Amino acid sequence: MSFDQHRAPTAPADESVVPRRGRGTELILLIFAAGISTFAYVNVDLGVRGDVPPNALAYLSGFFLVAGIAHVVIRMRAPYADPTILPIVVTLCGLGLAMIHRLDLTDDTTLAATQLTWMLVGVALFIGVLIAISDHRVLARYPYLAGLSGLVLLILPLLPFIGHDIRGAQIWIQIAGMSFQPNEAAKIVLIIAFAAYLVKTRDALALAGRRFLGVDLPRARDLGPILLVWLGGLGILTLQNDLGPSILLFGIFVLLIYIATERISWVILGLLLIGVGAFTAYHVVAHVQNRFDLWLNPLDDPSNQIAQSLFGLAHGGAVGTGLGQGYPDMIPIAESDFIGAALGEELGLAGLTAIILLYALLVSRGLKAALVIREPFGKLLAAGLASGLMLQVFIVLGGVTRLIPMSGMTTPFLALGGSSLVMNWALVALLIRLSDAARRPAPTATPSFSDDAVTQVVRVR
Amino acid sequence: MSELTLTVIKLGFLAVLWLLVLSVTSAMRADLFGVRPPKPPKQSRETVRQNKQSRGGKSLPSQAVVIEGPDTGRSVPLEGIPVTIGRGDTCTLPLADEYISTQHARLRFHEGQWYVEDLGSTNGTYIGNDRLTRSTPVNVKSRFRLGKTVVELRK
Repeated sequence: MSFDQHRAPTAPADESVVPRRGRGTELILLIFAAGISTFAYVNVDLGVRGDVPPNALAYLSGFFLVAGIAHVVIRMRAPYADPTILPIVVTLCGLGLAMIHRLDLTDDTTLAATQLTWMLVGVALFIGVLIAISDHRVLARYPYLAGLSGLVLLILPLLPFIGHDIRGAQIWIQIAGMSFQPNEAAKIVLIIAFAAYLVKTRDALALAGRRFLGVDLPRARDLGPILLVWLGGLGILTLQNDLGPSILLFGIFVLLIYIATERISWVILGLLLIGVGAFTAYHVVAHVQNRFDLWLNPLDDPSNQIAQSLFGLAHGGAVGTGLGQGYPDMIPIAESDFIGAALGEELGLAGLTAIILLYALLVSRGLKAALVIREPFGKLLAAGLASGLMLQVFIVLGGVTRLIPMSGMTTPFLALGGSSLVMNWALVALLIRLSDAARRPAPTATPSFSDDAVTQVVRVR
Repeated sequence: MSELTLTVIKLGFLAVLWLLVLSVTSAMRADLFGVRPPKPPKQSRETVRQNKQSRGGKSLPSQAVVIEGPDTGRSVPLEGIPVTIGRGDTCTLPLADEYISTQHARLRFHEGQWYVEDLGSTNGTYIGNDRLTRSTPVNVKSRFRLGKTVVELRK
C-alpha cells in the first residue's frame, strides 16, 4: 500500500496502525505443522511396511487445505489471535493420527479414517464457533443456564435407553447408532458457567472471612458452591464409575476460584476436600479401589495395561524405537487412553517430552491471554480453559506413566475419540477468540461522530 | 529399508519435532518485546486543539456532562469514586434515554487516569465508531455515546 500512501497522503491510516498480528508467523508455523504431520505418517509406513504410502501427497495437501481454511477464518474473524495456538493443535492432531494409523496397520483396523473424519468435524465446529461468537462476553450472560446444561450433559449417560457403558464406565450416550461422550462438552460449558458465576461472586468470596494462622478463611456461608461442585464430582464418580471427569471438574473449579480470589485458603480447602473424597471413594466405590490397587501393583492386572505401557516406555528409551518399529500394539486399547505410552515407546523420552512441551506451550498461551485481557470474565474463561487442558493432560499422562492412578480420560487431540477431538477443537476456538480480544488494540479516542456535523475540507484532486 | 536409513529418519523426525517446539517458542519471543504502539490516526484540527489543551494542562476531568440526548445538560461530578451511567435509579447518573440499559457504562478512576467501560449493555458504548470491548482511557474533552446520549468529560 506504500504506493497509495505516496499518492494520497490523506488516506485513512488503517494499514499502519496495526500492532504485530502474527498471521504470517502463523502461516509459516502451520506449513511446518502440516509437514511434520505428513512426515510422521510417511515414517509410520516406512517403519511398518518399508515403503512410502501412495497417498502421502494427498495426505499432505489435505492437511494443508484444512489448516489453510482454519487460518483464513482466523484472518477474517480473529485477526489479532495468538499465532502459535493453531499450529500446536494441528501438530498434536497429526501426531495422534499417525499413531492411530500405525496401530491400524498392526491390528488391521481402520480407526485412522474415522479419526480423520472427526478431525474434519472438529475443524468445522472450530470455524463455526469463531464465526458465531464474535464477542466472548455473550457467553457470560446466562451463568445458571450454562451450569444447568453442563449438569444435564453430565447426567445424560445415566438415563435409561440412551445411556451406555463401555468397559465399566457409564459415560457414553448412544443415539441412532452413534456414541458420544457428553462429559467433554460438559467440561467447556461448565468452565463458562464457573467463570461467569465467579465474576459475580468473587468479591464476597475474596473479602469476607477471618484470618487464622496467616491464612484468610472464607465464611461458612460462602462454602456452598465449592461443596456443591464437590458433591457433584463425587456423584459422577460413584454413579458413572469414572475417576477422571470428577477430578477434572473439581480441579478446574478450585483453580478458577483461586485465580478469581487470589486466596490460597481455597486451594488448601480444595486439597482437603479431594483428600476426604478420595479416602471415602476408596472405601466405598469398588472401581476406585481397583484403580488404586492396579496403580500400586500393575503386574497384578490380568490385562496388563499399565505394565505393558511401562514396558513400552522402557523399550523406547531416550530416542525411541522409531515410528512403526516398536510394539505399542501390545498395550490394550493403546489408541485411546494409552496413546501417550505408544508415542513414548516409538518417539522415546525426547519425543514424549516434545509433545508435553507442546501442551505446556498451548496452556501458556491460554494463560497469557488471561493475563493480557482486561475484563474479568475473559480472564477467568481463558484461565479456566487453559487449566482444564492442563489438568486433563496431567491426569492422563500421569496415569500412563504411573505417577498417579490411571483414570479414564482422553489425551486431548492425540487420542482416538470423536467427542473429545471435536470438543477440544471448540475449546481451541474459544481460546483463539479470547487471545484475539486480549491482543486487539484499544479503540482510538477520535470522536468521529462529532465530525459528522462539522464541514470538512476535502481534497478532491 | 535398511536399519541405518530408519535410524537416520527416526533421529531426523525427532530433530524436526524439536525444531517446531523451538520455532513456536521463538514466535512467542515477540511478546517479550511487546507490540509496536499504534500510530495515532490523522486528527482533525479541532481534536488536535483539544488534545493540546488536555495535554498542556495535565488536568483531570472534574465532571461528565450530557451534551446530546433527552437529558442534555445534566452532569455528574467526577471525584475519584466510580460513576455508573444507565436507566436504573441506582445509577450515579440516571438517564431517561430509551436506548440504554439499566446499568449501561461506568467511569472509573485508576492510577491517575479515568477509564470508561461498558457494563455488558444491549446496545453498547461507543467512542467514535468503535464499540468498547474493554476499559478505555478518557480525558478532558473525550466523548462517548450510549444509545442516543453523548457524554463529554469537562474540566
